[in-house]
Amino acid sequence: MLIKLTGGQVYDPASGIDGQVQDIYIQDGRIVDKSNGDFQVDKEYDLQGKVVMSGAIDMHTHIGGGKGNIARTLLPEDHRQDPVSRSDITRSGCGHAMPSTFVTGYRYAEMGYTAGFEPAVLPINARQAHMEMGDIPILDKGGYVMLGSDDYLLRMLTAKKDQKAINDYVAWTMNAAKAIGVKVVNPGGINAFKFNQRKLDLDEQNAHYGVTPRDILEVLATAVKELGVKHPLHVHGCNLGVPGNVQTTLDTIQGIGGLPMHLTHIQFHSYGTEGDMKFSSGAAQIAEAVNNNKNITIDVGQVLFGQTVTASGDSMRQHYNHKFASPNKWVVMDIECDAGCGVVPFKYKDQNFVNALQWAIGLETFLLVNDPWRIFLTTDHPNGAPFTSYPHLIRLLMDRSFRNEVLATIHPEAQKMTTLASITREYTLQEIAIMTRAGAAKLIGLKDRGGLSAGNWADITVYTDNTNRQTMFEKPDYVFKDGELVVVDGKVVHTKWGTTHVVQPDFDPSVETGLKDYFDRYLTMKLGNFKISDDEITEDGRGSITVHPLHI
Amino acid sequence: MTEITEVPSPFCGVGTDDLKIQVDGLTVKVLENGCAVNTPAFEQAITDTQPRVDGQIVSLDVAVAKAAALLKNTALPVIGGCATDVNGMRGLLALADHCGAVVDNMNFTRARNNFLALQDSGWMNTTLAEVKNRCDLFLVIGADLEVVVPRFFERYIWNAESMFIEHTEQREVIYLGTAPSGSASTSPNGKAAQVLPCATDDLPEVVAVLRALIKGKPMRAESVAGIKVADLQVLADKLKAVKYSVITWAAGALTYRHAELTVQTVSEMIKDINNQNTRCSGLPLAGKEGDLTANQVCGWTTGYPARTRFSRGYPEYDPFMNDTNVLIAEGEVDALVWVQAFNSQSVPPVTDLPTIVIGRSGMTFSKEPDVFIPVGTPGIDHVGHAYRTDNVVAIRLKKLRNSGLPSTADVLNAIDKALREETVC
Repeated sequence: MLIKLTGGQVYDPASGIDGQVQDIYIQDGRIVDKSNGDFQVDKEYDLQGKVVMSGAIDMHTHIGGGKGNIARTLLPEDHRQDPVSRSDITRSGCGHAMPSTFVTGYRYAEMGYTAGFEPAVLPINARQAHMEMGDIPILDKGGYVMLGSDDYLLRMLTAKKDQKAINDYVAWTMNAAKAIGVKVVNPGGINAFKFNQRKLDLDEQNAHYGVTPRDILEVLATAVKELGVKHPLHVHGCNLGVPGNVQTTLDTIQGIGGLPMHLTHIQFHSYGTEGDMKFSSGAAQIAEAVNNNKNITIDVGQVLFGQTVTASGDSMRQHYNHKFASPNKWVVMDIECDAGCGVVPFKYKDQNFVNALQWAIGLETFLLVNDPWRIFLTTDHPNGAPFTSYPHLIRLLMDRSFRNEVLATIHPEAQKMTTLASITREYTLQEIAIMTRAGAAKLIGLKDRGGLSAGNWADITVYTDNTNRQTMFEKPDYVFKDGELVVVDGKVVHTKWGTTHVVQPDFDPSVETGLKDYFDRYLTMKLGNFKISDDEITEDGRGSITVHPLHI
Repeated sequence: MTEITEVPSPFCGVGTDDLKIQVDGLTVKVLENGCAVNTPAFEQAITDTQPRVDGQIVSLDVAVAKAAALLKNTALPVIGGCATDVNGMRGLLALADHCGAVVDNMNFTRARNNFLALQDSGWMNTTLAEVKNRCDLFLVIGADLEVVVPRFFERYIWNAESMFIEHTEQREVIYLGTAPSGSASTSPNGKAAQVLPCATDDLPEVVAVLRALIKGKPMRAESVAGIKVADLQVLADKLKAVKYSVITWAAGALTYRHAELTVQTVSEMIKDINNQNTRCSGLPLAGKEGDLTANQVCGWTTGYPARTRFSRGYPEYDPFMNDTNVLIAEGEVDALVWVQAFNSQSVPPVTDLPTIVIGRSGMTFSKEPDVFIPVGTPGIDHVGHAYRTDNVVAIRLKKLRNSGLPSTADVLNAIDKALREETVC
């Protein structure tokens, strides 16, 4: 079947198309070139006056894995506020802060998203992450595997293993866990918490191993680069949420020595200690550092007001944050000599000074970083806010008067501590398309996604242009996934299953000798049973695996 | 005849995966690393392989069609048991969603002691490899651990090597409440576990005193439920002095009303210890016959644990009202589906309701169900996934033999499909 999308205004930064009127043809799930020759169009959509972008990609969203399911189990009262009924074509579930898997897929698609990436896949919990994501319809998905607090790596560092050995271990783990990236969370800190350390600065040693976060960042960032993995090391830095951590973050940027590095939910790592409340915005310094260091990419982790739940691998910081739990219940876990997690419900309030300033710091960061190819739109779902608030966030970025209206309502002391009112920038549609499409696909290393030129998979979102950008982005006219029409007027009309994106970097098979010995002596599972096989993702006929190329 | 190594077990709850198993046709024999729980569960013979309707052998298609017909016009069916693998639960939840059923895991009333505590105040927990490598004091509250998990001590406490415990035999094991029935908790160098015995239903009082002592509250009483407060003080001091204590309990062994409050007191006490400059973690014991699997899959599919109904078109969790036995006793349900792929001894409650059993081969019934479809056992007859007790690690179950038995998911998906086709017609 040949589908023609006629006359839409196309925003396709991957091809440098910025709002020009173009026709798009879809055949066998992909976008095809039909500039000449005889052909018959089977189905045509008149998109005159409509805005056309590729399907949006959320490059950091907690949609699969154990901590998310703990968050769900913890909050029945939150689900009861947003029950979702079944229909003839969709499953029932729940929404709001931590939606059920099926509802996650529907609601992302209904906002024009066609892919989401789970950033915190514990190797030992990767099976669960993939099983949960296997129950998310429509979306493509993938995961970044978490390393850096695992005892195996820290033992390697203490034993002064060379970079090649570490590369082999990282590559082996990525293959075993079916990952497309590598993440580090509070480098070494989750491990240090097991030894009763309650904080860990960039140059502070793990009490047992004598290894510092800086050491861990360096070897992992090097491994990711040398293995040819396109997504740079994905870093949740030290000292999340600690006033004054802006300096830690600046030191982290300087310390990586030009290696590619992605700093995630940087808003939570951009705090100064100025002012009467000893809490201030470090966004300007962070933005300057990002602007000056082309090896750095960031996503924001914007805070938006309301009830949510924070679910993080950072057991050390989440244990501290339990003091702010609302409602007052929380879970912290040490996990399998591998990592940990902490789940703490939060209610961000616009009349709370800290929360209000967090909101402003996130927006300052968005508006002060110049290059939209190196900054990404996230709320660190669900940690800063549920992903369903993205259209509201886009309006805040694109509409200065709306932004200033909201600014005028937040805690007055927070208003005094932010430069937001003086920032005139408004994001353009093309910049939004870069942050949420082309840039994200490039950052993750997705081949044939995130663009609208011929050869790309036909993940396409069509909006009605509207000066109220929230209205525009929360209800697309059409969403196509792999060429199939899945959403009309903001409602799912058809469901299908997306693919799981991975990379498969090479490793020396002899890496398993040391690993097998370690598994047998210290872990609770056999090495052979730890590795996830392809058929675990594909056997039910719904899932598939897409392997992406490495930098050669 | 083949031998298969590194076989994971879905039966013991701790994901033991070092079994060596011999398969000869349909006969399975555990050659190495069996135990009182796993060996009989693996070795159980297949007896019936064909479905029955009204006691008569029929084809799978006929049995599926009959099951769909029984479910077609029900107002509120209940799907009990829920003892299967991840794909089985996926199929079960899809069917429940489409026919507006109640989903209720058979162990939920016991697991509820944990869920109510978790959903009210949360906890700090750990997992088996952390126990194996970090635990220096192991406190067992109210459980006869080695009966539930025969190889627990061998694998996780008296392990030969540990990354952070120099001599594992020097670990301290203390029982509070029930005394151990065997000697698995005795260290390799002969040191028996310390026991502070009390009756199970005295545990609420005892753990309340222990928590108060942890918090440094003065205690006027000199003994509680037969235990000297001075002995509890010594225990409290140890918990605060050691580096990484682990406290375990089995929700199902706390067999008194409102035992969730005991779980909560223990969990809050663990948090208190973590606020006194050391580490301590909980380890709730569960994972039998797919109970954690049921709660995990139901959790991501609906947001709620596996005592949830779909009768209003969306999931509604109620840890008390959605109890199969309560619903049957109150006459609220009009059909019963029983899913139990692990244990042929675990049969549905006897009722006059139309009853469909998707069960492990070998079930015998005092009252023949309307439909019985024998299914394969995950980890023996087909591949699958199951969660072990720490609720973090999902194990990959192997297929050991070609029995031809369908999986739970095969059968439930077929019933769901037949039901939807009937509805459309």
